Amino acid sequence: MSNVSDLFNYWVVVFLMMAGFYVVIAQGNLIKKLVGLGLFQASVFIFYISLGFVEGGIAPILEEGVSNYANPLPHVLILTAIVVSVATTAVGLALAVRIYEAYGSVEEDDIHALDLKADESDEATSEKSEDLTQ
Amino acid sequence: MRDLFAVAMMFGIYSLLTAALFMDLDAADVAFTEAAVGAGVTTILLLSSLRLTGRWERRPKHSPLLPLVVVGVTGAALIYGTLDIPSLGDPEAPAHQHVAPHYIENAPKEMGIPNIVTAVLASYRGFDTLGETLVIFTAGLGVFLLLGTNDGARPRPGQTAIGSQPVLRLVVKVLIPFILLYALYVQLHGEYGAGGGFQAGVIFATGMVLYDLVFGDGDARLVIPARWLPRLAAFGVLVYGSVGLYALLHGRPFLDYTVLAEDPVAGRHLGILLVELGIGICVFAVVLSIFYALSGRRRQL
Repeated sequence: MSNVSDLFNYWVVVFLMMAGFYVVIAQGNLIKKLVGLGLFQASVFIFYISLGFVEGGIAPILEEGVSNYANPLPHVLILTAIVVSVATTAVGLALAVRIYEAYGSVEEDDIHALDLKADESDEATSEKSEDLTQ
Repeated sequence: MRDLFAVAMMFGIYSLLTAALFMDLDAADVAFTEAAVGAGVTTILLLSSLRLTGRWERRPKHSPLLPLVVVGVTGAALIYGTLDIPSLGDPEAPAHQHVAPHYIENAPKEMGIPNIVTAVLASYRGFDTLGETLVIFTAGLGVFLLLGTNDGARPRPGQTAIGSQPVLRLVVKVLIPFILLYALYVQLHGEYGAGGGFQAGVIFATGMVLYDLVFGDGDARLVIPARWLPRLAAFGVLVYGSVGLYALLHGRPFLDYTVLAEDPVAGRHLGILLVELGIGICVFAVVLSIFYALSGRRRQL
């Protein structure tokens, strides 16, 4: 059983992750959801880097007379993940912008209501055309 | 918080703090990337899209009770899971037993470069990194398809988003050469110190973004027109891929850098340099084109 302070980092990660998760599922604004997703992503980054940390080690850039380095593998994974995350966030933002242009809002409730209305009017017109054919 | 502008700013600060934490955990390269990407580029992109979609958020109508319960239960399960994780900094942890010691031991001998992160990134796990670069390229393409390149938008020299700011103009004018020079240093010095193609691409793009913000979007587009950027991004990926194909043509496995020079170590060193260059060009072009696409779009409706 490890000491409480040894796990503190991981608990912070869990807290941040849940904060991001909450924003994603509870907030209606699409941009805010993307920020929540970013919060979630960053907590995963912290988790990986914490796993790679070695007590008494230094950053994995070789120096003479030092043999204790942090684990370089999580660093590589997260380095690329950070840049990928900004690219995917940008795709999300572009989608949000296009949704705004189509619906006039980035609030989930508005978009849902507009979708329902469009469906109803579709059904109404199709019923009318059925009446005409009969 | 209902003001999304404040949300974007807080998110930038959060990223900067995360970068500081990474530095404390001995991850210099990652801290570097997070500071440039999280605190710089992401904040700019968020603000640009807020300009297009509106700053204020409406109060949500739903009760937050159900999400809170879901989050609470998931969080409790995760906390329970952490009890089995080896404690922070334990050198005996399973994560440090597998391939990591091999990398740390052999990277200097096989690659001839001191930065192990760069060695793993560009050489040992070159396939992964090629995949990541392609993901970034694809994301750039996605933004193009959604928003267009705004090639038709006429440059409006002198018009800026923030108005005329003499002090800012002077400071930026002095700073920009250093930012671009620093990006080149990070690019070419990535094997020795912290840095590499990903960071350099982002920093170079940040320099251009800064120029664009302060001097108006016409000026930046005169320096690097938007229509070059997709080609530049594709060129970056092409550089990376052709290093791999070159090895194939010489009867070696894909991305085997030893064919690039007589001496295998020198060949690997050269291969890493070329691959990092490809990454840098691709990341720079994608980040800048995303910024152009978001900032050049007029608010519609």
